[in-house]
Amino acid sequence: MTAQNTEPVEPASKVDLAPGVGGGGEIPSFDITLKVRRYNPEVSEEARWDEFKLTMYGTDRVLDALHKVKWEHDGSVSFRRSCAHGVCGSDAMRINGRNRLACKTLLKDLDTSKPITVEPIKGLPVEKDLIVDMEPFFQSYREIMPFLISSGHEPTRERLQSPEDRERFDDTTKCILCAACTSSCPVFWTDGQYFGPAAIVNAHRFIFDSRDDAGDMRLEILNDREGVWRCRTTFNCSEACPRGIQVTKAIAEVKQAVLNRRI
Amino acid sequence: MQVHKYDVVIVGAGGAGMRAAIESGQRARTAVLTKLYPTRSHTGAAQGGMCAALANVEEDNWEWHTFDTIKGGDYLVDQDAAEVMAKEAIDAVLDLEKMGLPFNRTPEGRIDQRRFGGHTRDHGKAPVRRACYAADRTGHMILQTLYQNCVKHNVEFYNEYYVLDLLVLEEDAVREDGTAYKQKRVAGVVSYDLASGEIHVFQAKSVVFASGGVGKVFKTTSNAHTLTGDGMAIAFRRGIPLEDMEFVQFHPTGLAGLGILLSEAARGEGAILRNSEGERFMERYAPTIKDLAPRDIVARSMALEVREGRGCGPNKDYVLLDLTHLEPAHIDAKLPDITEFARTYLGVEPYTEPVPVFPTAHYAMGGIPTNIKGEVLQDNDTVIPGLYAAGEVACVSVHGSNRLGTNSLLDINVFGKRAGIYAAEYAQTADFVEVPEGADADTIRLVESVRNANGTERVAQLRKELQDTMDANVQVFRTEQSLNETLNVIASLRERYRNISIQDKGKRFNLDLLEAVELGFLLDMAQVMTVAALHRKESRGGHFREDYPDRDDANYMQHSMAYLDDTAQAGTVAGIRLDTKPVVFTRYEPMVRKY
Repeated sequence: MTAQNTEPVEPASKVDLAPGVGGGGEIPSFDITLKVRRYNPEVSEEARWDEFKLTMYGTDRVLDALHKVKWEHDGSVSFRRSCAHGVCGSDAMRINGRNRLACKTLLKDLDTSKPITVEPIKGLPVEKDLIVDMEPFFQSYREIMPFLISSGHEPTRERLQSPEDRERFDDTTKCILCAACTSSCPVFWTDGQYFGPAAIVNAHRFIFDSRDDAGDMRLEILNDREGVWRCRTTFNCSEACPRGIQVTKAIAEVKQAVLNRRI
Repeated sequence: MQVHKYDVVIVGAGGAGMRAAIESGQRARTAVLTKLYPTRSHTGAAQGGMCAALANVEEDNWEWHTFDTIKGGDYLVDQDAAEVMAKEAIDAVLDLEKMGLPFNRTPEGRIDQRRFGGHTRDHGKAPVRRACYAADRTGHMILQTLYQNCVKHNVEFYNEYYVLDLLVLEEDAVREDGTAYKQKRVAGVVSYDLASGEIHVFQAKSVVFASGGVGKVFKTTSNAHTLTGDGMAIAFRRGIPLEDMEFVQFHPTGLAGLGILLSEAARGEGAILRNSEGERFMERYAPTIKDLAPRDIVARSMALEVREGRGCGPNKDYVLLDLTHLEPAHIDAKLPDITEFARTYLGVEPYTEPVPVFPTAHYAMGGIPTNIKGEVLQDNDTVIPGLYAAGEVACVSVHGSNRLGTNSLLDINVFGKRAGIYAAEYAQTADFVEVPEGADADTIRLVESVRNANGTERVAQLRKELQDTMDANVQVFRTEQSLNETLNVIASLRERYRNISIQDKGKRFNLDLLEAVELGFLLDMAQVMTVAALHRKESRGGHFREDYPDRDDANYMQHSMAYLDDTAQAGTVAGIRLDTKPVVFTRYEPMVRKY
């Protein structure tokens, strides 16, 4: 029996609950103004701002406000979304000038006394309203060869990997490819050829995986003039990541690995 | 009309679709059509694990896994399919590891395994550690790993292409016994390109449906906004039956009021459910495995506690998931995401406070009927050559009337792989079926009728009323009265749906238009589910009829099959014919289901 597989202590059949436990209570409502950046080349080449006054609730997120606009006020307001709880990566956008997921940003955590601005993420071509062309972003991702490359003989069972080796790249496995990091990077804004933080994060995920044998190849790709050296360590990416990945740290580790050529 | 030609077209890029694509793409010219980007698919929201009897941490074997799956499904499982799934589970996990999936590891470096509801050692004696996992983001890691391998194998994706129709032809054919019948054949699919608003026809020798579930018929659901039953509805509209649609899984632990999923892995790691009196109430309902009873039983027990006045909160309408006796370090290592959900969305700190939870619509056990090769059936046993389905859209049926936790991630990998292989092999030997003249006409009519509609009803309002009704009447508890009431509401909503209008009339990224089309799918599917639920006058697995609280094997040990049929009448509903299909038994006799 190993330490991590010890039995959890059998919990008590009955406990005394503290009064008011588990949150709850009346959900407060409040009024907000949502300012949405609009652009639809079918209608006009000019972008503009539309304002919507909405009554929202304490548990509502920016996505709920956008849905309220789309479903009750103006059906043409366009944005991507799917899971609505921060795991699919569809709804990265600039909220009050910061890259966030609309479904993970609670309205009550924003300053609702002022209009809340919602714009598309920067650095990628805007298609319509909050929808951008994601293809350049995924192209960079594909270029770092985001798949396990293993040269050895394939075992019949699983490859062995110690918990410590597994932990080494745990942080970068969390990436949901939402592009919040890459599109928050000032280098990427001015140079769309730069791989960008997300691609480097995904390279990191394989470079530091003890099962992968293509580390040198990946480091060579990222040693390119559009690779890791363009990073200016502004930390925008780490702040933007909705998954809490320490993006700048991951990039620094890749830079170090390029210098050492030792993983 | 733009026409593309592929050997195999896969509809959907979640786990099942991409697992199929990895196989098919290496054998035949394959395209994957998805209404999202592949990594946005809802497989990525799955948390807890994927079961396989690897026996890495304790004794286990696939036969026990088969038994648990069958018992968990309250014996409505096709046992041949369950055997395939449990047996092939082991390779399915090892395949993923070899593709690069970062599973959590044991100190010896093997894939670690943990407990999950309904998975037991030796036919129910005690919980067993069978779920392979990557923290509480196993689905995320599966989706990423499969996408990575699609990139590796240069799989061709058509992103944000909504498939809106299946091209089905009928040929006169004769059965072995000499009777004449209409054999369905598949020529391809019709899709709508979100970016341009253009219609594209994809001709294919094989079509694989892997488009996921239909959770958005309910208000409280763990499902993504995009899970609107498109694949099921498209098939149904083309005369393909839907099997066991009355069986919906309500996951016990959705965040109260929001429906966001908190994995069963929490209970697998030792969390327990408590009512307002602080009682561990599952001791009453499942004395042996308690909080790790299958989901239907736990969800019903929670709803009963609330109904009997032992709910928590100002409205006494939820119960509590208690993790406070677990070490914070253990929680951080094993359950980081779900504890963050509790903090972000409810402002509750799971280290020190129990989390408000209530059942949330989670999974459709039913769907497009297939055999164990993933081939779609046009009736109880006639295969439609070249048409395949896998994952939640399909009903093979490995989940019967209640799916065990982790078995969906397993299902998509086992049957996604099978469907991909068989679809490609079929395409290698078959010819294209000719695309009929005006193949896109119905789709154009559908899209343009929505675009040009100038009624007074709002799509969002109708959808909300549908979801409210389904939550109130077709959730954990159902009665003849509640179901009939729902059918009346759906009938009136369908009438009002003819009088909608949308505001976005453009071609470009017109999600306003597609939401209206999706509502049409939801209305069809809600009706089929409710009709099937009304017909099944017994309680089994996820389907609980208060007016018929017992399982009735004499009359209902059979799958339901719903057909679109203009000449038929199912109760008050015109146009749906209900039939039945025998359950496949191999070696397990039905027993009373106790835990």
